[in-house]
Order: sequence, then C-alpha cells, then structure tokens
Amino acid sequence: MTSPTLAQHVLAQAEDPGIVDETGPILDWGFAAEIFPEMLMAFLKVTLVVTVVGTIIAAALGLIIAIMIMVLPRPLAWIVRWAANFIRMTPIVVQLLFLFWSFLWLDPMVIGVIVFGVHYATYMSEVYRAGIESVPQGQWEATTALSMSAVRTWRRVIIPQALRSTVPALGNYAISMFKDTPFLFVISVPEMVTVAQTIGAQTFRYNEAITIAGLIFLAASYPTALLISRLEKRLAYAN
Amino acid sequence: MDWLDEQRANFEALGNFSDRILDGLITTVQLTVISGLLGFVIAVVLGLMAGSRSLWLRGPARVLIEFFRGISLLVLLFWLLYVLPLFWIKYDITLPAPQDNTFATATIALAINYGAYGAEAVRSALTSVPRGQWEATTALSMSWPHKMRRIIFPQAWALMIPSLTNLWVHLLKGSAIVSIVPEVNEFTFELDNLRRPTDIWFSHAFIGLATYFVLALILTLGMQALEARAKHKLGRGPSLWEILSPDPRPTPPDAASAAPPRTKAATTRPRAGKETE
Amino acid sequence: MPTPTEQPSPTPAATAAAETPVIEFQDVEKRFGDNVVLKDLDFTVGRGERVTLIGPSGSGKTTILRLVMTLEELTDGYIFVDGEPLTHEERDGRRVPVSKKHQKNLRTRIGMVFQQFNLFPNMTVLENIIEAPIHVLGRSKEEAVAKAHDLLEQVGLSDKADAHPTSLSGGQQQRVAIARALAMDPEILLLDEVTSALDPEVVGEVLNILRRVAETTDVTMLIVTHEMSFARDVSHKVMMFDGGHVVESGPPEKIFSEPDHDRTKAFLGAVLRDT
Repeated sequence: MTSPTLAQHVLAQAEDPGIVDETGPILDWGFAAEIFPEMLMAFLKVTLVVTVVGTIIAAALGLIIAIMIMVLPRPLAWIVRWAANFIRMTPIVVQLLFLFWSFLWLDPMVIGVIVFGVHYATYMSEVYRAGIESVPQGQWEATTALSMSAVRTWRRVIIPQALRSTVPALGNYAISMFKDTPFLFVISVPEMVTVAQTIGAQTFRYNEAITIAGLIFLAASYPTALLISRLEKRLAYAN
Repeated sequence: MDWLDEQRANFEALGNFSDRILDGLITTVQLTVISGLLGFVIAVVLGLMAGSRSLWLRGPARVLIEFFRGISLLVLLFWLLYVLPLFWIKYDITLPAPQDNTFATATIALAINYGAYGAEAVRSALTSVPRGQWEATTALSMSWPHKMRRIIFPQAWALMIPSLTNLWVHLLKGSAIVSIVPEVNEFTFELDNLRRPTDIWFSHAFIGLATYFVLALILTLGMQALEARAKHKLGRGPSLWEILSPDPRPTPPDAASAAPPRTKAATTRPRAGKETE
Repeated sequence: MPTPTEQPSPTPAATAAAETPVIEFQDVEKRFGDNVVLKDLDFTVGRGERVTLIGPSGSGKTTILRLVMTLEELTDGYIFVDGEPLTHEERDGRRVPVSKKHQKNLRTRIGMVFQQFNLFPNMTVLENIIEAPIHVLGRSKEEAVAKAHDLLEQVGLSDKADAHPTSLSGGQQQRVAIARALAMDPEILLLDEVTSALDPEVVGEVLNILRRVAETTDVTMLIVTHEMSFARDVSHKVMMFDGGHVVESGPPEKIFSEPDHDRTKAFLGAVLRDT
C-alpha cells in the first residue's frame, strides 16, 4: 500500500541531498507553468467529479438514514444509528483500503465515490435530524388534524421545512469532503495531489507540483466557504 | 467446518503479528494524543488572537487559520516532507530536518491542520461567553491574563469541548493517512501486513475499523466526562460523580435522542431565572 | 500623576468649594455610529456625593456609568476621576489617550453593580468576592476572606459562602454582586439599574442593603434607577436626562416635588403613576 516511490524517494533525498538542484530557485515558474495543465485536468476530472457525485450521494443517502432512524421500529432504528456511528467514527483511509481490496475488479474511482458518499451521508444524516427536529410540533399536529398520510406528511410538510436550514451545514460537509479527496492517494486514484506526487517522483521536483496543488485547494475551498457563511447569515437573518 | 478453520488461521496469523499490530496501535495513539495536545495549544493561541480586538493580532491569525484549513492535510504533509527539506539544503539549516524525523513531521502536520480548525472552535466559544462576564472583569480591574485564565476561559472551555471532541475524532481518523509516510509504522500501515496472511475482511474490517471505532468511542466518552465536569463547575448539570454512581444512564456519542421527546420543552418554560431581560 | 494645570477652565457649577470633584465630565460626547447619545455633557460629582440619574430609556443614563467604568469608549471630551484624566488628557493642545497603566490604576477605585449581576458561574460566592481583592489589589487571602465574610453578613447571606451563583435567586445574586463590588473598597460605586431584573418582591431587600451602605459609608455613588422612592431617600442630587443632555438637576426634594421643566414633570408623572 505504501507507494514505493514515495518512501524510497524521501529516504533517497535524506541520504543524498545531491539529487536536489541546489543552485536553482526554490520555485521554477517555467516548470510550474509546464505542469499546471496536467494538474488542473486531474483536478477537474477526478477531484471535482468525486466531490460532486459524492456530495449528491451523501445528501440523498443522509436524508434516507435520518428518516429511517426516525420512523423505523426501535431495534431497527438502533441498528441503523449505530451502523452510521460506526462509519462516521472510522477512518476514510481504512474504509477506502477495505473496499479497494474487497472489490479489486471495481474501478478505484467508483470505490472512492461510494466511500465518500456513504461516509459523509452519516454526517449529513445528523444535520437532517436536527433540521427535522426543528420543525415545530404544531406542524405535525396540523397534519394529523388534516388526516394526512405519513408519506404525504414527510414529503409535503416536514422535509421541505427541514431542508431550508440544513443547506449551509451540508455545504460545509461538501467542502470537508473536497479536502478529504487526497486520501484517494492510498488507492491510487489519480486525483490532483496524487498526480502532483507522481510528477515530483518522476522529475525530482516536488515543490512546484505540491505548491500548485495547495494553491488550487485554497482557491477552490476558501471562496466556497465564504459563500456558504454568507448564505448561513442570510438564512439566520430570514428566520 | 471450513469457515471455522479459516477463522482459526486468521487468529493464528494475528497472534504471529500481534507485536507489530500492537506497536502500530501504540504509534497511532501517540500520534493522536501528541498532535491532539499540540493542536490544542495551536488552537488556543490562534483562537485567542482571532478573538482579539487588535487587528495586528486578528489579521495574521485569520490568515493562518484560513490557510491551514484551506489546504488539505495530505498537501500539508507532502509539503513538509518534500518541499521544506529544500530550505534545509539550500540554507544549510542545522535543525533536525523534516525528512529525517518523519514521526515528528507527521505529528506537526496533524497538529497544524486540526489546530487551525480548533482555533475557530476556541474563538467562537470565547465570543459566546456572555458580555456581562467580560464587563464584570473590567469593573473588577482584572488584567487580561488574569481574566482569561480565571473567568473567561473556564466558561469558554465548557462551550468548546464538544467541537474539540469532534475534531479530535477527526484527527484520529485523519492519522490513518500517515501510513503512507515512511518509517512511521502506525496502525493502518501494520494492518496491511496483517492483510497478507489473513484476508481483507479480517484485517481491515474486523480488526482495523473496529479498533478505530473503539478508540474513537473511548476518546468521545472521555471528553464527555470532561464536559460534564466543566459544566458542573459552572453550576449546570450534575457532577461526574453523580453521573457515574447512582443510576448509570450511558449516553453514547450521538444517541442523545432516538425518539425525540418533542413534547413540551418549548412551551413550559421554567420561571425566568437570571438571564432574562 | 497629578494634573496641575491642564484643565483649561475652573470647574463649572460651584458645588463643592475648592475640593477636587471625584468625578468630572468635561464636554463629553458619545456617539454610536451616527447616533449621538451624549453631547456637550458637563457635570461634577463631589466626594461622598450620591447622584441619581433619571430619565426615559435611551436618554444616555446607563452610558454615563459605562463611560466611567471604561466599558465604552469616549468619542470626545474628558472624564476626570479624583482630578486625574480617565481616558484622555490634553497635552500640548491635543487630545491624547492616557496610558493603560494609569487607567488601570484609576479603575481600581471604581466599582460597579450590574443589572444582570454578572457573577462568575465558575466560582463559588466566596470566590467571586475574594478573587479581585487578592489578585488585583494584592491582599492576603486571610484578609480577603475575613472581609468577604463580613460583607456577606451585611447582605444577609452568611450561609451562602460556598454556594454556586446559579443556585441562588436573582435577589440573592444581586446581593452577592453588591458585596463583590464593595470588597474592592471602591471610592466610587456605580449602580446600573440594579433592581430592574429582579422579581418585585425582592426589590425591597436589595434596596435596603444599598440604603444601609449609603448611611454607613462615604462612598460616592452614581445611580441609575427607576425606583423613585429609593432615589429620593439616598441621593443628594438628582439629574434628569433627556435626549443626551441634562434637562435639570437639583436636590431630590426639589426635583420630585416642584420640577422646573415640563419634560421632568411629564416623566415623573408617567413613572410615579406606574408604581
């Protein structure tokens, strides 16, 4: 599992500093420009795809988990809740490795999407639960008074009201997932940081690749976080 | 029976590897505890700075917090392992080099990353301490260190524990990525050795995930005890002793309300206590 | 640091002869953004004087106390405590802030009791009272504890020394808060609507304690309250505020029985009808 290039390279560098160009500048802008397109492609084709698809799975499955915990009979609800706790409280890295070795025939990227989707669904289910609990008791009583069916009550009354307040929290988890995507490194999915590491190992120039990866992460996550916190404030204000 | 034999073989392999697995477990616990404590120090320092009124303190703190939250843990780890050594080579720095001390480097990466998240928890807890408390310390002429240490922080502490607990579990989980760092043979790294003689279910699910889960539970329960103690000191909630002794009702991490008693909580309000206006 | 010549003009309104006033406001202005709360405010409080500020809410009374306690920043003008500048002073014709150390030193002479008590929930009643005397004034623990017990007896809570503030009623908490402020031996005591958050039946006991403090000590008091009978009993002077400035001021007998201004009459009429 430990990428041999990585371990060997760090050790080689420690023993023989000569392999690093001592005279050149620490950052070579020409080289950075050369590798930038490749990294950006990895970002768009893998990192973003995993984040987006993973978020969609997590948002949908999270709602299902939340509703299951609330409507299933006690023992079953208890099992679902602890299964969710189990997934939430164990490392994504080990979950990735576990599925990777269990389903060797599956595309690692699919495994990545599933693990991120399910892992974050367990977080999002908590957000939904809080949202559902914040729907006033009177709403439930009103649906009873109108003899609405359970399905209709959830679909038309409870969930629409619960969803509103959950949007910012879900957004924050999407950002967390985005920042966790480099963990795909352990199952060799060529997302951006893995690509950066490979470029480094091939050229013995890590600094440009890794710095670019860091900057792309910053450039993507910080504005999104700002946007979400603004949305959060507006929602808080509207309430 | 086939299956039984298989399990017997699995446990035999586990026995053979038990020393390494145990060492890996200890390394993971060390990583979690040391970087957790270091991260807490970082969180408190940055959190106090970010909550300060002076722009000279708040500005740099905000930049550091957003920077280290924004870049991913693995990017930070790679940067410390691959890019930072260049500065050592180029400028002949005599301090211990990051690539020679991979355990320390990994610990620091975890501490910085989760410390930056923790800073936000500390800051928001400090701002949640009622304004009247700050004003009372001014009216009593307390110095800044004095009021922080004795009045403000003890109250903020109770408020920040839940977020810090959450982050610490994240850190424990995040520490699994350190398995890719050379010469740090933590738990996830050793699981891979166990995978070869056994099978993936046994090594990664039965031993691996389950062990992490138990570690996370222990951590959560310990922090909940701390939280109960902190709240009791503020005169809210029973003491730890009262929780543990008479009628033990365990409250697992997220199990607070399976069937939410959404009956009267909102309508029957206790008589206006102290903070009503 | 004495302030010999920097006051541009002798104090206005000849209240207390040659003695330096304990509190002096000079051309004080306070704004929150565009909202002018206090404007061109000048007044003095003499040593041992008890002054009550009355007026409709939003008239800036509480802001005055908070300015003296340095909880708010002064927008313009000067405040002097014992003749020394509290926040800013005039040097070479310019208005400059005083040193932090100087301000801290002055501040220890001022105590405040808040509307919301603001006891520290992480400490017992006794610890609340002895914390600042020990760590700010540097008193010995024995001395501070002895004084705290003395004060607790005065406020009728001797048996609550080891209780937690949250286990006390509002009235009891406020009595502890009074003891806590007095434990610092303040020259000036600021009372900011100390009974407004209390249930009506305990207001009397808190006010009686303050009456006794007024009778038995010579601490200077600046009081904001809606309890007009209390104001009449304890104060030497009553100042009527409206819209950020003083409408009129004078001894309570005068203000409460024959006020000069219609604004004061209207205000008193409304308040006294309520109670």
